[in-house]
Amino acid sequence: MTIELNSALESAVRSAATGSRRSFLKTSAIGGGGLLMGLALPGTLAQAAGTVHTPNAWVHISDDNQVTLISARSEMGQGVYTSMPMLIAEELNIDFKRVKVAIAPTNAKLYGNPLLGGAQLTGGSTSVRDGWEKLRVGGAQVREMLISAAANKWNVDRSSLKAVNGMVIGPNGKKATYGALAADASKLPVPEKVALKDPKDFTIVGKRTQRLDTPAKSNGTAEFGIDVKLPGMVYAALEQCPVIGGKVKSVDSARAKAMPGVIAVVEIPDGVAVVANTWWRANQARKALSVTWDEGAGATLNTTAMLEGTRGALKTGTVLPLKAVGDADAVMGAAQKVVRAEYVSQYLSHSPLEPMNFTANYKNGKVELIGPTQWQDAAQTSIAKALDVKPEDVSVRTTFLGGGFGRRIDIDFIVQAAQISKAVGTPVKLVWSREDDMTHDFYRPSSVHAMSASLGADGKPSAMSFRLASQSITGRVFGLPVEVQDPLMTEAAVQGYDIPALKYDIVKHDAGLRVGYWRSVSHALNAFANESFIDELAAAAGKDPLAYRMSLLDKSPRYANVLKLAAEKAGWGTPLPAGRARGIALMEGYDTYMALVTEISMEGGAVKVHKFTVAADLGYMVNPDTVEAQIQSSLNFGMGSTLMQEITVDKGRVQQTNFHQFQLPRMTDSPTIDIVLVRSTEKPGGIGEPAVAVVAPAIANAVATLTGKRVRRLPITADAIKSA
Amino acid sequence: MSVNFLVNGKAVNATAEPDTPLLWVIRDELGMTGTKFGCGIAQCGACTVHVNGVPVRSCQTPLSTVSGKKVSTVEGLSKNNSHPLQMAWIKHDVPQCGYCQSGQLMSASALLANNKNPSDADIDAAMAGNICRCGTYPRIRAAIKDAASTMRKA
Repeated sequence: MTIELNSALESAVRSAATGSRRSFLKTSAIGGGGLLMGLALPGTLAQAAGTVHTPNAWVHISDDNQVTLISARSEMGQGVYTSMPMLIAEELNIDFKRVKVAIAPTNAKLYGNPLLGGAQLTGGSTSVRDGWEKLRVGGAQVREMLISAAANKWNVDRSSLKAVNGMVIGPNGKKATYGALAADASKLPVPEKVALKDPKDFTIVGKRTQRLDTPAKSNGTAEFGIDVKLPGMVYAALEQCPVIGGKVKSVDSARAKAMPGVIAVVEIPDGVAVVANTWWRANQARKALSVTWDEGAGATLNTTAMLEGTRGALKTGTVLPLKAVGDADAVMGAAQKVVRAEYVSQYLSHSPLEPMNFTANYKNGKVELIGPTQWQDAAQTSIAKALDVKPEDVSVRTTFLGGGFGRRIDIDFIVQAAQISKAVGTPVKLVWSREDDMTHDFYRPSSVHAMSASLGADGKPSAMSFRLASQSITGRVFGLPVEVQDPLMTEAAVQGYDIPALKYDIVKHDAGLRVGYWRSVSHALNAFANESFIDELAAAAGKDPLAYRMSLLDKSPRYANVLKLAAEKAGWGTPLPAGRARGIALMEGYDTYMALVTEISMEGGAVKVHKFTVAADLGYMVNPDTVEAQIQSSLNFGMGSTLMQEITVDKGRVQQTNFHQFQLPRMTDSPTIDIVLVRSTEKPGGIGEPAVAVVAPAIANAVATLTGKRVRRLPITADAIKSA
Repeated sequence: MSVNFLVNGKAVNATAEPDTPLLWVIRDELGMTGTKFGCGIAQCGACTVHVNGVPVRSCQTPLSTVSGKKVSTVEGLSKNNSHPLQMAWIKHDVPQCGYCQSGQLMSASALLANNKNPSDADIDAAMAGNICRCGTYPRIRAAIKDAASTMRKA
């Protein structure tokens, strides 16, 4: 199931992204003609000697032959700073070792993501799927313009010319560097149709490639948002209501104002900011504020009541059908054996290691914004609205992100920084403390699944029903109407198992705590339910979990293939040392097929993961080394949420404030990871997120095999296992 | 009142309040942003520097305690990514988002300065305080072993 949005969602996304219904430029092989010159790129290009030419939005070539490729996606660890340029370079025919990279400025027309309604947004594991053709076309366009420029210059037929390794070569020893041709090439129209290479001829894409950002990230010079410096910049710390959404009633700032380095105390809609000449001084003074709050509607929230409400919604909420095949209710009603189970996933924070921050410079009705964001044009339009300026007067420069995981899709802290800058009249860097970050997240929503299935005489499911109750993130972020099905709640719900009767639906329930997109979004919720439940069915049928799944995948060869590969690599079925067990999980999501086998033991009553074995089929890959890195990363991320994390709420306050209460996996937790990548000529799938979702069910299944206890609520802690 | 100490061999004078964490003196007063802020309570290790060769969490190290001492930060590991750890970091493409990596390198360099052949248990003990939210631990481990091997041959 791809991320192609249904039409209601697509127009909602576009409206949210642009602030109005408006068409966006298609950057495909057809259309998008005309010159694209003179892009303003403040601070994003190391200016080479002479002039820099911009034949199109993706390639800049200087007179002295330095090629700079544009990456329009936010680099948050997933490697787009390298993989996006690899796609351009493949068709441009240049030495990839000599390229520089610049991060695109904010311009949704040029750099929007059609898979996400045209927003300039990095998320949904879409960067490669979006860029796969578009960026190669961008590189090919410039290649052809350079060839045409050479043909004109030498007065020869362009069919006698070749672009090879940064030069155009012609008959009789004629050759010219791209740099020598760039000025002329940039004056030509961008060709509407270009020929792309056959993937079997790729020399860059598909090859393990050194990341271009590694050197700077290995010596402290890589610039993250929190590192930004502007002349005259001051620092802000912001006191927000401990109950999210609460408002200031009164503030006594006398003590704060008297503290060292304090420049100003300003009230903004979200709270009270202290501005000082260092962040530490601002934060120390912020602790000296006395603020009384109107805590608002959120003040009564607590985890127990919220879960009861979500569970109740399964029975009383408005049902949004997802898929129906045959008459599952009738089959189950008549069946001898029906298995039922309920699964609960917990609220989670994102906790990227770089806390929320942004730098804003409001001056004369214009706003300059610099920092870590996943959604550039939302930052632009939101600040324009909040500060009553024109969007074209708001610039957003993206730095490296110290992790994103979906948190930096939201722009609350960017608006705050801009409001503070406007209030004090100087550039301001707003930095949230870790406590601010953890207690003012947009959380991964909690969910409850009701699953049931009847088993036939052969033990296979004769009917299955699936109902998810959870909160719609897309309702808040993109204005998706409540009565419309939410494709970001139904991810990985319907899978490849051959089950003759199905009744799959969801219920939206707003439990009161603000929610946001968290790495793998509803894939994690639905895979935990689906892949735990199929193991429970296998147990009820007296079958091995691997064999049981395989018996349902005759019509789903790509699922069956990764399952087989992971099982073989992990030695499924071979003897294990005493006290160990394996668990398995399978999922298709983001156009990627993935199987995970985990090997665990118990230590002090808690799960110890010894090994993860993954087989992944994601079609064409850009950088296989980065694919492996993203799988390693996602497994670690999923292990944390499976074993050791939960956000709880009491009296409206998030209870977890820092890493001593919301634990992140450490080196000591990190298991052996074996990865099998399927070499495939299918269209590319996303890899930033899917592996997160298969961890919880694989571990739950291993725990059940090892201990006989089935844990159906996350996290799977020692206490959870004990009381299961 | 000001505090004099060395940073990467260079004499500096800091005028922040004496209870200011060394982290913020390094970042905001000295303008050296390689050392990072992640949690402020010595849980994540992003702020790791060396004081007289010993790895410490600078978010919990008051300025007053480094008077007259030698502080080393990630900027001082080498001039051009030539420290064996940095070379191994590049060879294994260790960083993902990269935010924790300065702290990882400082903990790892302290380990290797004292132990040229660390076991997995040694690596666990030295690195357990450095969180990587991106989960690049397998590559950190492999790169440390690789760098140690290089240093043993030198």
